[in-house]
Amino acid sequence: MMLEAIVFYILAAALVIFSLLMITRMNPVSAAITMVGAFAALAGLYATLNASFVSIIQILVYAGGIMVLVIFVIMILNLREDDLVPMKVKPFWLILVAAALFAAILGPVLFCVLPNKDWTWAVLTPGFGALAMVGEKIFSDFLFPFEILSLILLTAIIGALVMAKRKL
Amino acid sequence: MDFLYPITPNHYLALSAVLFTIGIAGVLTRKNVFMTLMSLELMLNAVNLSFITFSKAWGDLTGHVFVLFVVSVAAAEACVGLSIVIALFRLKETVDVDLFKSLKN
Repeated sequence: MMLEAIVFYILAAALVIFSLLMITRMNPVSAAITMVGAFAALAGLYATLNASFVSIIQILVYAGGIMVLVIFVIMILNLREDDLVPMKVKPFWLILVAAALFAAILGPVLFCVLPNKDWTWAVLTPGFGALAMVGEKIFSDFLFPFEILSLILLTAIIGALVMAKRKL
Repeated sequence: MDFLYPITPNHYLALSAVLFTIGIAGVLTRKNVFMTLMSLELMLNAVNLSFITFSKAWGDLTGHVFVLFVVSVAAAEACVGLSIVIALFRLKETVDVDLFKSLKN
């Protein structure tokens, strides 16, 4: 299917470009905005991987929740102009460091996987990745971790309140 | 150029590795603490992408469940991390990670 490949390459290019823009922005607010773009592209990629529910959650939680939180905190702190240090590294060195990291950490993993050319997608059951099937999986095999997760979130709320409060 | 088409799991895994590397480069090179936190989110998302890829490659929904868990923990992490940043900014009046040497005076 040619269309699938075209969509993949467009979304992948958008994702990489937005991420590179994000790590090079001087102002954290514009970095957060470009990161929302990167997350939107990622949600599109999830949709091409039959993960409709995860794709919607990606937009709701990341673009709608976490990024708004980051922008709020950046604006509350009211940074001065001299707090905004631009990237001190030259792009050449950045690319060199990234290439070295890629070769050292992720290259070996990829070279184990990439030669396997006839590795392809599994035959999926209808409704794969939709809310009904994901929910069934969570509430059968992963019920206990799911309940623990609510405790983690409660701890995070209380911890954040305690730490950010001026005086207890 | 026949490796460009058709799209296999390998393409998605390579993209995930590239995204993870961009995230590491962001953490290592930026001094602003917000940029460090956001690059961290980028790395988490790279891992999520490979989870979803393996999930489709093996026809198993466990990867989707793990991605939902990772997203929830990332939300908790952002919440706690940002409140630490607020407390540190109150103490040091800066967001430069190089100047954060201790959590108390």
